[in-house]
Amino acid sequence: MFEYAVRKLAFGVLVVFAVTVILFAVMQLMPGDPIRLIANPRMTPEKMEQLRHQWGLDQPVYVQYFFWLARFLHGDFGTSIVTGQPVSFLIATRLPYTLALAGLALLLEYALAVPLGLIAAVKQNSALDRGIVFVSTILWSVPTFWLGILLMLLLAVKIPVFPISGYSGPLSIVLPALTLTLPALAGTLRLTRSEVLEAVREPYVLTAYAKGLPSRAVLIRHVLRNALIPVTMMFFLSLPWLLGGSVVVESIFSWPGMGRLLWKSIGVQDLPVVQGIVVIIAVLTVISNVAGDIVAGLLDPRIRLEIEGGER
Amino acid sequence: MRALVLSLREALKVRTFAVGSAILATVVIAAVLAPVLAPHTYQEMNIPQALTGPSRQYPFGTDNYGRCVFSRVIYGSRIALEVGFIVVVIETLIGVALGLIAGYYGGAVDRVVSFVTDMTWALPPQVLALAIVTALGPSLNNVVIAIAVVSWAQFARIIRSKTQALKNTPYVEAARALSESDLSIMLRYILPNTMGAVIVLTTLALPSAILSTTALSFLGLGAQPPQPDWGVILKDGISYMARAPWISIFPGLAIVWTVLGFNLLGEGLRDVLDPRLKV
Repeated sequence: MFEYAVRKLAFGVLVVFAVTVILFAVMQLMPGDPIRLIANPRMTPEKMEQLRHQWGLDQPVYVQYFFWLARFLHGDFGTSIVTGQPVSFLIATRLPYTLALAGLALLLEYALAVPLGLIAAVKQNSALDRGIVFVSTILWSVPTFWLGILLMLLLAVKIPVFPISGYSGPLSIVLPALTLTLPALAGTLRLTRSEVLEAVREPYVLTAYAKGLPSRAVLIRHVLRNALIPVTMMFFLSLPWLLGGSVVVESIFSWPGMGRLLWKSIGVQDLPVVQGIVVIIAVLTVISNVAGDIVAGLLDPRIRLEIEGGER
Repeated sequence: MRALVLSLREALKVRTFAVGSAILATVVIAAVLAPVLAPHTYQEMNIPQALTGPSRQYPFGTDNYGRCVFSRVIYGSRIALEVGFIVVVIETLIGVALGLIAGYYGGAVDRVVSFVTDMTWALPPQVLALAIVTALGPSLNNVVIAIAVVSWAQFARIIRSKTQALKNTPYVEAARALSESDLSIMLRYILPNTMGAVIVLTTLALPSAILSTTALSFLGLGAQPPQPDWGVILKDGISYMARAPWISIFPGLAIVWTVLGFNLLGEGLRDVLDPRLKV
């Protein structure tokens, strides 16, 4: 298990490293000379050269990359081109809002999807099952931005239960969280349903019935225990997905989080902020992917043996 | 060819496939016959009639310039289908080519391709697409590139594992014994046997391509006004949400309708062509 976890973790670090290389390359490819941006027109070529030296821009590209990476590792993400504030400060003030939103949406998603998927599977082909599958197919097809507008129109404009947008107390999180949850729900629901249906057909379930276990015990001890492994793994993989979705949702509801900051920064080409946020999201994504892999390895020895290449 | 007709007949018996095809038929008809079906052009303004609700003259109401929302939504189906198809063709080509190469050659080639494939999981696709659009600048073309570049991984992964299984079959070994070139083996003997999976994956990639591109247009990074992209119309409607909700409601319904159609079609196809495929 330890070897498996180390391998997964090492791979995660490698991936984050690769993301920083790509980001740096993109920055190099962007047109424009940073010195010309900050230099005033009367500056002499010698002075510009001096500045270039001072900022390390006369160094080879790979040296520049390592300087840049070193600053990143020290938490120095540069300053915003637009506001002049440190990027780390901008992100730090918004990250808690995004994590609260994505976290709540994740909990809501699982609290709704897993029981519904289980019910649908147990009552397979009943009217209830068909209804649940039908609704989830519709939700699966709904764009988040449209759902957000509908919820806002219905529950903030027509019937003013919740605040329209921005952050003004705990009630503000309800509509954005619902908007983020509902379309995501469908995937988890269907995964739960199909995994349960698959587990039910396994021979060990037949054995469990054959030795006379009551069906509730079979369902919980044998079926659910195996069916929920992929579902649990999906729990960790959902977080990045929700972080991505939060860009749209935060923009609609003016939620003061990182997604909205990303959107605004893209609009004004505020590259340092965009880079900082993308790296943070990559780190969060890799952490949750690695956590998902490790949990799956803990729950299912077959997965970890496949990676470790141990005898089977 | 005969097999295709047979499986089509088989497919129509699957309810999801039949319903999905029927839904998509309406979308395709709307796109092809847009000039006939739309009572107005998508740009025609009628300022005195701005922000009026649905009526006989304007079935979906008008927007802030007095443009016919119905006509704009009808014309928008052309953009949605066209953009969706281009994105999916690009991602299919990238994904299938990489999947074939990785699966067929194995070893170091496989490791490199698999690492690149896994890399695309390091960022949520929406965020990666946003980063690419930032670098390239906002436009519909760049959105198409960005979405295609972030979403081929699924194809590569599945085609790779299919290829790994197929390359040890007797007929591939026979072809190799007859000293067929690697390229010819991949294209003539392996690819045709992955076609079922490719068709299913392609169909199921279309709805997400449409959702992603309209989302970026909605954020103002893709199609630009006055193009009648569904995402753009929706975004324009937000400012008038309380007074004229129809501007945003109808293009959204059009997206749901189209995406639902492709999802049902794709699931139906999977049940017929490759029931064990996990997407």
